[in-house]
Amino acid sequence: MQRTIRFRLNGKGVRLRTSPDRMLLWVLRSDLGQTGTKHSCGEGFCGACTVLVENEPVLSCQYPVKDIDGKEVLTIEGVAGNGDLHPLQTAFMEHNALQCGFCTPGMIMSAYSLLLRNPQPTEKEIKVSLEGNLCRCGSYQRIIAAIQSTARMMKEQRS
Amino acid sequence: MREDERIFGNAGGSSFPGAFDRREFLKIMGGGIIILFTASGTLWPQRRGREYPEDFNAYLRIGEDGRVSCLSGKIEMGQGIHTSLAQMLAEELDVSLDAVDMIMGDTAVCVWDAGTFGSRSTKYFGPPLRRAAAEARAVLLQLASERLKTPGETLLTKDGAVYVKKNPEKRVTYAELAQGKKITRHLEQKPPIKHHSKHTISGKATDRLDARAKVTGEAGFTGDIRLPGMLHAKILRPPAHGAKLLHVDTSEAKKIKGVHVIHDDGIIAVLHEHPDVAEQARGKIKAAFEEPEYRVDNDTIFDHLIASAPEGRVVTEAGNLEEGEALAAQKFEAEYRNHYVAHAPTETHTAVAEITGQKATVWASTQAPFRAQAEISRVLGFPEKNVRVITPFVGCGFGGKNQGYQIVEAARLARLCGQPVQVAWSRKEEFFYDTFRPAAVIRIRSGMDGSNRIVFWDCCNYFAGSRSSRPFYNIPHQRVLEKGGWYGGGTGSAHPFGVGAWRGPGSNTNVFAIESQIDIMAESAATDPLSFRMMNLTDERMKRVLNAAADKFGHPFEKAPGGKGRGIACTDYLGTYLATMAEVSVDGKTGAVRVERVVCAQDTGEVINPEGVRMQIEGCIIMGLGYCFTEEIHFKGGKILDANFDTYEIPRFSWLPKIETVLINNPGMPPQGCGEPAITAMGAVIANAVYDAIGARLFVLPMTPPRITALL
Repeated sequence: MQRTIRFRLNGKGVRLRTSPDRMLLWVLRSDLGQTGTKHSCGEGFCGACTVLVENEPVLSCQYPVKDIDGKEVLTIEGVAGNGDLHPLQTAFMEHNALQCGFCTPGMIMSAYSLLLRNPQPTEKEIKVSLEGNLCRCGSYQRIIAAIQSTARMMKEQRS
Repeated sequence: MREDERIFGNAGGSSFPGAFDRREFLKIMGGGIIILFTASGTLWPQRRGREYPEDFNAYLRIGEDGRVSCLSGKIEMGQGIHTSLAQMLAEELDVSLDAVDMIMGDTAVCVWDAGTFGSRSTKYFGPPLRRAAAEARAVLLQLASERLKTPGETLLTKDGAVYVKKNPEKRVTYAELAQGKKITRHLEQKPPIKHHSKHTISGKATDRLDARAKVTGEAGFTGDIRLPGMLHAKILRPPAHGAKLLHVDTSEAKKIKGVHVIHDDGIIAVLHEHPDVAEQARGKIKAAFEEPEYRVDNDTIFDHLIASAPEGRVVTEAGNLEEGEALAAQKFEAEYRNHYVAHAPTETHTAVAEITGQKATVWASTQAPFRAQAEISRVLGFPEKNVRVITPFVGCGFGGKNQGYQIVEAARLARLCGQPVQVAWSRKEEFFYDTFRPAAVIRIRSGMDGSNRIVFWDCCNYFAGSRSSRPFYNIPHQRVLEKGGWYGGGTGSAHPFGVGAWRGPGSNTNVFAIESQIDIMAESAATDPLSFRMMNLTDERMKRVLNAAADKFGHPFEKAPGGKGRGIACTDYLGTYLATMAEVSVDGKTGAVRVERVVCAQDTGEVINPEGVRMQIEGCIIMGLGYCFTEEIHFKGGKILDANFDTYEIPRFSWLPKIETVLINNPGMPPQGCGEPAITAMGAVIANAVYDAIGARLFVLPMTPPRITALL
């Protein structure tokens, strides 16, 4: 029951022959060697495996690979462009918005999609939007600060 | 990205070929200055197992390119020593922080270490690291003095070079001094380490050095290791601890293309090049188990623990309890309980093992790589020197990764199948095999005299562990007994499954009990909880953290319950002092508690990285809210009913209170630990704040909404 799946991953075309019911997380990590996206709970409860499909955040551990056919997928590996970090990544560094770093790729992907939808989120909107992303180290306060400073910076850049 | 470009964090971006003895070690480490010292004087205490060596080659290496490798058997799991140890080394050696590469938790090249736990890294590994760096710097000065033909007193070191003070043009870099040389030099007189007032790197707020790798997804964790031919293993698990396998049929699993089945001496595993396919195959195994009848569950565990407790051990005793009781005008008696709590690390236990001939290389998410090395050596029958354990970045530990059953599983399976094997536990396996913070009971009897001074304290601790159980208040007549520690569990023990160290082991339970009891007494003394504490304390350090927290908190305390939802707790965690104050609101209908604000003042002695200390305090406060409100393992005997974060809830964004931290300036005291202390006060400070809000007290953690509404 193999099928050929075609999609774009971080701007590059991918053609893959596999079982269409496999979850995107494992295809990314195992078949494609893109290990930035993390497995933590495996059942859609923690947000560590968050990636963007057509700019919408999805839990890749619950997302069958057949559903990405013909679509654009963005993972943490594609957030920085040409070696330059994305402002969100810089802000996470400057605010030390991480400790062990295992949830960080999922956090950044969720924050990235939030800023696409809502370039100036309030603290409450950030909390609501990232409620599904768990950080056991407890960096929540710093993550909010990092997202807010990114929003401010990107606003200044636009104006 | 090519595999060799991946940053396997603790290895600092460097990759090492396999190496197992001293000669090979030197070969791996390349050229650079090799200075051998005579082993004289005292060794540095590790306080568990072996001592730290004196030879500074064990701690650092100055490369021909001037870069400095810091070698530590400690591991980085988020707590930030990857940055703070680099600061300590850079400071003493006089190199820039950018020039330091951290190499951690690699048994082939790092200093033997008992493990990364107990907030010991800065406190116990830091001092010998500093001494080593100070000696290396002194030797470099000597070498420069000879090379520049200038007396040592006229020279100074900075940024990895030695300069002539009056003529900075005249200089030689550490790299130039190191180039192609192998020097054996003995320093009779050990140079002193720098006074803290001279520090320019240590003590300064420093951003995490591992942050870039972690925000780009390049940071390597164990599960990110990819080796040619590597298979992912999924192992058949019993439905409950103590269950016996009756029969098993793997024929359906075998039918999946590419699946290997291994059935050997108690281990039944399916392996595949993709982990999800292996998981699918595990689902096809038909197995029947006989489950033991369960005897304890969440409702009966506390009575069971008290009934099963061993003879007591005296933790501390002073005065005479009978005399103390005779002095008491008011007496108090209470029993405090907490349920089992999971570590729930973000990264589940993971290991990769590769076996070539009689040598094993194992990558592991572990807090104890050298213990893992010994265990693999025992299980495989290889000499320890043939086993290399490498620790990539670790995604949380909190004591849960002191244990590493997955490491042995990976090593055994790699040998059985002849290919590299990765074992990464599912979340369900993580909950099942976790060594929980033990359920525990603490009974306290105490009393105060007519002038509200505590005169006796009689405490019995069942299975919490004794850490932080010694009262720091002025109490003339006191005794603390410990019945059962925090370790062990499983067959034949009081606990139906494994228990072990959990961030601040023992202390979370003890501080909850002690500081709740103190508040009960304060109310009976008709005084506010801050004044009552101050009145019964002579320890100036403790008074100082209380005052610092109160200043930041900014609200006066009133006799509880004042209806304002304000709480206070303080403690001494292995030499780190802290006071925490919190403000909560309680929803009278649902019993839900909202923590609005938490202030924590901490005295950690000399602070290496103020930013790092603040991060640890904040993380402790947030993680601590979990055991205050939701975290409780549900079980029936050896059957663990929680398998994921749907039923086992951990703190999330919406819980976040406003958090403020105060670092006490106390550089004259050697650096203490800070990964754990602040979490230990959370149960008490929240219980006391809830009491202040609603006038009713919970004696059990977690304080779930049904337990709160039952009080109202």
